[in-house]
Amino acid sequence: MSNKLMRPIVLKGHERPLTQVKFNREGDLIFSSAKDYQVCLWYSSNGERLGTYDGHKGSVWSVDIDLSTNYLITASADFSGKLWKAETGECIYTWNFEAPVKRVEYSPDCKYVLFVTDQVMGKLGKIQIFNIDFTKSEQESKPILEIVNEGDATTKPTIATWSYAGKYILVGHADGGISKYDSKTGELLEHSTPFKKTVTDIQTSSDRTYFIASSKDQTAKLFDVDSWKLLKEFESESPVNAACITPVKDYIILGGGQDAREVTTTSGGEGKFDAKIFHKIFQDEIGRVKGHFGPLNCIAIHPEGSSFVSGGEDGYIRLHHLPKSYFDFQYEVEKTAEALQHQNKDQVETSA
Amino acid sequence: MSVAIPEFDESSVDISSLDFSDLEEKYNVKAPTLIDNCVIVDGAPIAPESKGPILKKVLTKLFSSCGKIEELYLPIENGKTLGYLVIRYSNFNEASKAISSLNGKKLDVSHRLLVNKLTDIDEYVLSGKISDEFKEPEFPEFKEIGHLNSWLLDSKFRDQFLINFNQSVGVYWYRKNLENEPVIEPRTQWTSTFMKWSPKGKYLFSMFPQGVQSWGGPEFTRIHRHLHPGVRLIDFSPNEKFLVTLSPEPIMDPMELREELRKDYPFKSEDIGKKLVIWDISIGLPVKTFALPPNLENATRMPWPLIKWSFDDKYCARQGPDAIAIYETENDFQLLDKKLVKVDEIQDFEFSPSGVKLASNGKKDAQLETVLSYWTPESDNQSAKVSVMQIPNKNVLRTIPLVQVKDIKLNWHETGKYLCCNVTRHTKSKKTFFSNLHIFQLFEKDIPVDKIELQDLILNFKWEPRSNKFVTISKIDKGELSQTNIGAESNTTTFFDVEEVKVGGSSLKKWVPLTSISNSFNDISWAPQGRFVILTSFGLPSTQLKFFDVEFDGEKPKDQNKKVQSNLKLLATHDYAGLCELQWESSGRFVSAVSSTWKTKVNNGFTIYDCVGHILKEEQIGNFKEFQWRPRPESLLTSNDKKRVRKNLKEYAAQFEESDTMDTNAALRVLILKRKELLSEWNEYRSETLTKLNALNLLHHAENIENETIETIKEVVLEETDEVVE
Repeated sequence: MSNKLMRPIVLKGHERPLTQVKFNREGDLIFSSAKDYQVCLWYSSNGERLGTYDGHKGSVWSVDIDLSTNYLITASADFSGKLWKAETGECIYTWNFEAPVKRVEYSPDCKYVLFVTDQVMGKLGKIQIFNIDFTKSEQESKPILEIVNEGDATTKPTIATWSYAGKYILVGHADGGISKYDSKTGELLEHSTPFKKTVTDIQTSSDRTYFIASSKDQTAKLFDVDSWKLLKEFESESPVNAACITPVKDYIILGGGQDAREVTTTSGGEGKFDAKIFHKIFQDEIGRVKGHFGPLNCIAIHPEGSSFVSGGEDGYIRLHHLPKSYFDFQYEVEKTAEALQHQNKDQVETSA
Repeated sequence: MSVAIPEFDESSVDISSLDFSDLEEKYNVKAPTLIDNCVIVDGAPIAPESKGPILKKVLTKLFSSCGKIEELYLPIENGKTLGYLVIRYSNFNEASKAISSLNGKKLDVSHRLLVNKLTDIDEYVLSGKISDEFKEPEFPEFKEIGHLNSWLLDSKFRDQFLINFNQSVGVYWYRKNLENEPVIEPRTQWTSTFMKWSPKGKYLFSMFPQGVQSWGGPEFTRIHRHLHPGVRLIDFSPNEKFLVTLSPEPIMDPMELREELRKDYPFKSEDIGKKLVIWDISIGLPVKTFALPPNLENATRMPWPLIKWSFDDKYCARQGPDAIAIYETENDFQLLDKKLVKVDEIQDFEFSPSGVKLASNGKKDAQLETVLSYWTPESDNQSAKVSVMQIPNKNVLRTIPLVQVKDIKLNWHETGKYLCCNVTRHTKSKKTFFSNLHIFQLFEKDIPVDKIELQDLILNFKWEPRSNKFVTISKIDKGELSQTNIGAESNTTTFFDVEEVKVGGSSLKKWVPLTSISNSFNDISWAPQGRFVILTSFGLPSTQLKFFDVEFDGEKPKDQNKKVQSNLKLLATHDYAGLCELQWESSGRFVSAVSSTWKTKVNNGFTIYDCVGHILKEEQIGNFKEFQWRPRPESLLTSNDKKRVRKNLKEYAAQFEESDTMDTNAALRVLILKRKELLSEWNEYRSETLTKLNALNLLHHAENIENETIETIKEVVLEETDEVVE
């Protein structure tokens, strides 16, 4: 691989729009879910497909993998969530719900799992938390906690994730609101409505102390988990479907684009289907990665920040190993600060 | 029209009515009396009466050395001598001689003789003019002038420069891409001619008709006035301890000055008539005065400096006919070993500019020796010689004989490692000249000398200050004919570098040409830190500056010598009208080209370039006289520090670039400050979060994940062919 030019690897395996992509903890594998009912597993180094997980009878909305890369969990529009053996593709357990399941995620210690179910057909949108025990194939079918949407369909939860230590559950709502619930009691601790349109993605920093939420209103915002304070704002020129915080470098990556149904009304090729890289601290856009020919639905960053994948409405996954220039880029002030730090360290060393 | 002036009729004045008593008193010459021949000697031993005759004999013997003693009176009271005596000489001159030569004479360890005129006792002591009581001399009040090196602490590490124009002198901070920032308000009438920085930039000297003044500190406050009427030329010792001044006016007898002037006049009677003065800069007083050598007394062109210094300011030396006078600065400027160093027909000498590590001293961290070199011309039976002598023991370390010599120039390398003798030789017919270079390698065992024989006559020679490269400018000497058409003549510039030649187990240095360029330049100007060199010509109405890099990081052209490391690259060429001087800034980053009204009326002003020849600043100033970068002292960084700086150069550069950008653009400045704030805010937020996590004991998930890299090699058969082997 050349250090100067970034050559994306296009992963072709899904026939329908992607819904979620995810790295395992070591970052050597990528899991992807799509509306074609399939879940695929890929090598992250070369984009080779290892296999698929077949069994869902509806769009797979969400996917997650445990810390040891043994157990895959999926959420589907077929009203079910499934637990799989990651290595063999065997389905171990199925949870059944009364509504399509939009999101699934292990708690950081992989002892719990949360499902977000949709508010349709008279059912209320819910976040349900289950105990999970990998030593048994049979899992508890009853949730230990249920957070039920109390408003109408406009306030239903669309997305949820765990905070540091699994202490809180961070939820994005269809009306642009975000909330923080205690993961033990289900108590609502914080709620605010920083967005004008539905919240599309919430991803935390690697230490899960702050998170980025993105919205169809063309913005993404950074919040602190504890203080619930708005830290940073980023503006895009099209709806943002996914956002992630990069480890190592202080960047964030946003993905999105005009909705598929509106693309025809915009001028040709102007769908703005780029992954946009912003500087996390200075909030400026510093780079773009083109390639998809439909909106980006999901984005994931390698746990060590060395590559990222995006899944598009176009059915493709694009895998990017980040080039040297990505790592070398620094604002003058960053260089200066680093130099000062170095000097101070040197001085400390010499005086010691 | 004329005005009738009444004629002065001498006869009409009655002289007798005038009072001439004051004049009479002033010019009255008293006839020497017997008492004028007497001296009073104090401080003699107090001895019992019985020893009186012996004492008398000893003293008589001592004092007879000055003249004939008519009478010696040794008073004795209570059986003891009184410790003083009166001596009458046969005449006044002998008495004076005794006073000048024996006053202060040590008779033995505990007795020091004080010799005075007997009449002085009358005049000063008995008259009551001088009181017996000790009056504390008045000390001038201490003036706070600030730290003399405070300018080195500039927060942006900028350089200062001085410009002298139009009756005023200004000192400015050099700022890239910006207007100069004045350090002080430009001063008018600061100097009557030129200004000079001391060699390491601590002091600034200004000239005025009565002498030299030193200035320093953050505000350029006056430190000392060095009174030396009519001073023309000044020079410094390398470590700016001493100042040398030369005036065509001989030093006057202080007694002839008016009272109020006499008080500040720094010279004593023994300095009368001398013209060359060495001053201690820190106290502002003369420490040694010299008369000019007789051959220079009426010279129209003065060789300068007349006094040369060793690298550590410990010795200074003057060249005399057939000798070098070496003085020890730490020993009251006494002659070294109290005598001259005899060198018959010495033509020129030079100290090494740095301490020399002699291989004969063995040890790795051998001390730095003071070394000087000199040359003598051919005489009847003798060849010309260049010698290298160690100081203070005056060992001649190496001598080389030379023949058919017309002139020798001694070019020391800045580091003292090499000495290149540029020998101008004549052909047998004596009609044309050519050059040889003899290079002494002082740090090597036995001081080997490498010889380079050339056909050309070398006009200019310059060592690169930090390495062993050098550049020469030469031409083929065709005898007198060539003088007619100077303009069309082209010189050859040759770049030399060292080739290491293996001989047995050791490697020898051999200087070989890298490449030669034909052009009309006559001057070479190396950057003080080496690597970059500017070729140009002085004394022409319009010339070019050519910037070269001798260590260019790129492919080496075929026409350059492959065996040496240098790689020459022309970086930039600029036209310059009225060039008078090139001045490098001491770090070698900037160089200024100056056109001075003293020498030309064309294009007066200065241009600042960076070391690779980009123009940074151009200023044309009417009546512009001089431009001077303020020199910097040597860096205190160790070689390890320097390595580290070089390694992290990008980081350091980033800081300076940032401050440059902030200086030039106000909008950017706001942005950068904003970003700085954002960055520190963020870092603070993160460190708070991390402390919090740490308190909750949640940082453990930063554990190391073991990575295993698996390499797979895929072999693909691209082609298969069958070949039938017979």
